[in-house]
Amino acid sequence: MKAKTREALIAYIFLLPNLLGFLIFTSIPVLVSLGLSFFDAQLAPWPQVLTTKFIGFGNFIRLLGFHLQDGAWAANDPNFWKFTGNTMFLMMVIPFQIFGSLIIALIMNQKLKGMVAFRTIYFLPTISNGVAIYLLWQWVYNPNFGLLNGMIAKFGSMLNMELQGPHWLSSEAWAKPSLMIMGLWVVIGGHNAILYLAALQNIPKDFYDAASIDGASHSQKFWSITWPMIGPTTFFITIMSVIFGFQSGFMQAYIMTRGGPNGATTTIEYYIFKNLYEWHHAGYAASIAWFLFLIVFLITLFNWRFGGKLVHY
Amino acid sequence: MSENPITDASEELMISKRKRAKKEAARKALLYIVLAVGSVSMILPFLWMISTSLKTPQAIYTFPPKWIPDPVIFKSYLKVWKIVPFARFYLNSVFVAFCVTLGQVMTSAFAAYSFSRLRFPGRDKIFFAYLATLMIPYSVILVPVYILMVYFRWIDSYKALILPAMFTAYGTFLLRQFFMTIPRDLEDAARIDGSSLFGIFWRIILPLSKPALATLTMFTFMANWNNFMWPLLVTNSTEKATLPVGLSYFQEVYQYTQPDWSLLMAGSLLAMLPVILFFMLNQRFFVEGIKLTGIKG
Repeated sequence: MKAKTREALIAYIFLLPNLLGFLIFTSIPVLVSLGLSFFDAQLAPWPQVLTTKFIGFGNFIRLLGFHLQDGAWAANDPNFWKFTGNTMFLMMVIPFQIFGSLIIALIMNQKLKGMVAFRTIYFLPTISNGVAIYLLWQWVYNPNFGLLNGMIAKFGSMLNMELQGPHWLSSEAWAKPSLMIMGLWVVIGGHNAILYLAALQNIPKDFYDAASIDGASHSQKFWSITWPMIGPTTFFITIMSVIFGFQSGFMQAYIMTRGGPNGATTTIEYYIFKNLYEWHHAGYAASIAWFLFLIVFLITLFNWRFGGKLVHY
Repeated sequence: MSENPITDASEELMISKRKRAKKEAARKALLYIVLAVGSVSMILPFLWMISTSLKTPQAIYTFPPKWIPDPVIFKSYLKVWKIVPFARFYLNSVFVAFCVTLGQVMTSAFAAYSFSRLRFPGRDKIFFAYLATLMIPYSVILVPVYILMVYFRWIDSYKALILPAMFTAYGTFLLRQFFMTIPRDLEDAARIDGSSLFGIFWRIILPLSKPALATLTMFTFMANWNNFMWPLLVTNSTEKATLPVGLSYFQEVYQYTQPDWSLLMAGSLLAMLPVILFFMLNQRFFVEGIKLTGIKG
């Protein structure tokens, strides 16, 4: 056997286990999923069989279309638009998360003693992020016996006032802000802070020395050196947060609110899950997932197109 | 007029130095205060968790809540194992996370070696297919794979929990990027010495890639430990449920009564303990990993 053929053969053997798994559990499912979105596919709970009927763009018309009702345009699936709105509303916490991470990274970059301990503490919520954290916050937000309303009441009594905290998760007005506060707590000291810290450490020290000689103040140094130098990181973090934001909200909704009250915390992701698992509309679930993909894809395109241009040195 | 201008100047310098040192100390103190306030708000919910887990039911339902439990009881930590099969959940979680991590790291390393070091027809096309799936939302893949599990009759089995989670484009991509940075000279020397391709992989590439392998191990283990949606979809008995799903069963136990929050917090704490320990022992790799994947995108 020729050496080249031998090498190719060995390469395929090395690749095979992963490639097989990749084909069965990732790449073929992607295509199947696209196909499913053009079918009215019902997954009967028992006995579990899939019944399919080709309906063309039926799912997408139901998802994105509008119809005339009493002389006004009404969405075919008003819930979907509501849940998309919820998802985007929850994403308004992203600027705060990014700003907070930057502050933490700026302080951590000051070479103070005991920084590793601080970093560990700030990272704890990110590490343990899961069902346990959501249960914990559900209890923190408990309107009658929870930590937060307890602290609000105590604060009130210090001022000789009777302060009563809101009903947090069970109030339609406060449910989303509650999840956003929690989201800020989970994310602020995590991956983004580490990325910012790495970016800060990559800025050459000479820049600051030169600025000092010219008599630049701290804020001048920040705005004319630090901020432009970490521009690519800010851009990257923003894009990733937005992409991730569109795909999030399932676990907190399932554990803490069941998507309520009155659908106020149901996100696109949770809506997909409900369609698939609770209502057995596999085809419709696939079409929502593909709509989600379209959004993510557009953001990625935007990233490729402008990623290099929006940031200046 | 001073008699000795040199002493004067040096004194002035001393004073300005002292002033600067004072200013520096004040700045540092301020930073520490900010950090400390931040740390307290990070830790407070966890302390609240511990406090709740040690309280009696009466102490839980008092308002305003007290921080120090009185009396301190450990009953919840014992009860948690009895009210639901918590030990079983634990075992399932450990077993599944171990298998997924081992499988993921091994198959990814093999594939990454192939992509980064060997020549074969179709290599770049296949790698592009891997890359393309990186940005596809999880829920796109979720629907058909769930149906696949139903068709394979794998629902409520370890196979369903382990196999679909074991192969990711991400792991292969991460290791391939790292393998690309290893200089080729080392390999050439080994090739001349008559080492086989497998020998090169095993004795040169793998030992040099320990940091990347450790990073992938950590990411995979932690992601799998906290994963909720997939185990929720493919298990329907306490026999096969992992910890996150098991914790959600607690809620169903208390659907119609006031939940025993002391028990829920004890269970949650026990569930997150392994990842926290795992993180503390391997923090370095975690930080490096974020930098590696974050910058490479």
